[in-house]
Amino acid sequence: MTELDATRPIARPVTRRRVRWSRVLTGSILPRIVAIIFAFLFIVPFYWMLISAVKSPQEGTRVPPTLIPETWVWQNFPEAVSFIPFFLFALNSLVITLGITIGSVLSNTLIAYGFSRIEWPGRDKVFYVCLATIFLPYPVILVALFDIFGKLPAFGIQGSNSWVNTFLPLIVPAFLGNPFYIFLMRQFMLSIPHELSDAARVDGANEFQTFWKVILPLTKPAVTVVAIFAAVAAWNEFLLPLLYLHEQSKYPLAVGLAFFTSEHDVSYNLLMAAATLVVLPVVAVFLLAQRFFIEGVTVGGVKG
Amino acid sequence: MSRVIAAAPRNRPRRPRMGALERRNLRWGLLFISPWLFGFLALGVFPILYTFYLSLTRYSGLRDPIFLGLGNYERMAADPQFWKATYNTLYYTLLAVPIGVVVAMGLALVMNQKLREVAVYRAIFYLPSILPVFAIAFIFVVFLNPGYGLVNHALTSLGLRSPNWLGDPAYTKLALVMMAQLGAGQFALIFLAGLKGIPIELYESASIDGAGAIRKFVSITLPLMTPVILYDLIIGLSLGLQIFTPAYILTGGGERAAGPDNSLLTFVFFIYRQAFQFGQMGYAAAVSVVLFITSVILAAVVFRWARGWVYYEAVR
Repeated sequence: MTELDATRPIARPVTRRRVRWSRVLTGSILPRIVAIIFAFLFIVPFYWMLISAVKSPQEGTRVPPTLIPETWVWQNFPEAVSFIPFFLFALNSLVITLGITIGSVLSNTLIAYGFSRIEWPGRDKVFYVCLATIFLPYPVILVALFDIFGKLPAFGIQGSNSWVNTFLPLIVPAFLGNPFYIFLMRQFMLSIPHELSDAARVDGANEFQTFWKVILPLTKPAVTVVAIFAAVAAWNEFLLPLLYLHEQSKYPLAVGLAFFTSEHDVSYNLLMAAATLVVLPVVAVFLLAQRFFIEGVTVGGVKG
Repeated sequence: MSRVIAAAPRNRPRRPRMGALERRNLRWGLLFISPWLFGFLALGVFPILYTFYLSLTRYSGLRDPIFLGLGNYERMAADPQFWKATYNTLYYTLLAVPIGVVVAMGLALVMNQKLREVAVYRAIFYLPSILPVFAIAFIFVVFLNPGYGLVNHALTSLGLRSPNWLGDPAYTKLALVMMAQLGAGQFALIFLAGLKGIPIELYESASIDGAGAIRKFVSITLPLMTPVILYDLIIGLSLGLQIFTPAYILTGGGERAAGPDNSLLTFVFFIYRQAFQFGQMGYAAAVSVVLFITSVILAAVVFRWARGWVYYEAVR
């Protein structure tokens, strides 16, 4: 798994030269100042979220604001999750995220295998069509898709006659692949030596057995990348649950928080406490799997 | 390429025909990609065709569509709200995308320096780009509040004018542009990979020729980065035209209006309101068709324009 070590510098070491002061200035001091300014700008909104979350309601709306809370009201967190039906929304988010993640891993590995490990006539042309759909603005088909899902029978799943007002329109499309994840996975599978597949075929394995027993175990890093990308995207998704879910009891966090704050008078402190709790799992996943994120983004950029 | 094929009938040695192998591979290949193929047809091609059809009808989603011909398009041309949405979307996109390229390039250049703590910067720059946009929008409601928000407090302390970001139609889209920059880290990483790919010998020989840092950036870095910049422009353009979630959150769902003077009414917001708040599915479909065509045309224009400045040797 060394190929996923994103912390390893890729650039070759520069041969040492005479130390010149202007070089030190442009080489490490100036970039460091710029880096710290940028880092400050990127952190400060989240700092504001955190300290707003622990201010008392009176302090939270004081003008001018305090830069560091005078009193740290940790009570805001339990209050936020009990006032806003936070755990209900979080449970819905979790179910949807889990469904989308499973669907993405299953479908994209299979599809990428078909686009990389089997040579069939016309394969690459079809793959380019698949890639081109990355550039399609998804909202174009929003109206039509809503109408189509509204006509599909759900047989009472989540108490609904049609797919609308169920999790189905959110989860099922994940089982049909995503061009970006297919691309990512295909890049990875192309790098696996063909001899391995040939050996499996000689041993009498069919394509499915080769996929399952030989290629899939070797694709674990790419599977991890797709799983975390799909999970984070599902957790963050706003527009689709907003369209398809029509009952508060089915809302994920994204729509739940927006709906709840528009219906009730939620103080900013509680809203910021809730936002902190929404952001936290993503931060945790990032810290645990940083190198996978960075590898995934970088592979995506190769096609540029 | 004589290969033992497991599927071939046993005890009947036959000359392996290429046709048979190809047919077999075609069958397996199509089987493996069948989920995508089905999704592409059922959730891609068909909905696009269906959108074109719906755009020619009056349709509320409840009763059967009534054929109108080009009525929706005529209505659109005379609808000031539609033009407002077009203006807002283009204003946002044409501002946010170039600024985004510059910010991403800046971040990438910083991350490309040999600083010991560079991994920390990378985490700080990248992390906001994967955080939920709806949560960031909530944060910005507080962050940009004219009374108790930090931004205006800082501006006032510095003796600068502090605008009412979310209440003044002249500033709402700037707030969106600002918020979008928190997502720059993703592209910065792609830029960084591009920077790492530039052969160091180029910089060394430029140094020998006496080129300074700025000259090296303009003559080496920038030309070699043009393919990545083009990629960022194309993706950014597509995403910019789709902007919806932050506008929706900042305006509290836009039940009454999409921001002061409808200044946050974007294309997709307009589609959303027409289709799902007013039940004008046919009209919304027509706007979707216009969004589709606009996206294709803008992408084509950028590609065409890029022929003049993208350095394609760098791809190889």
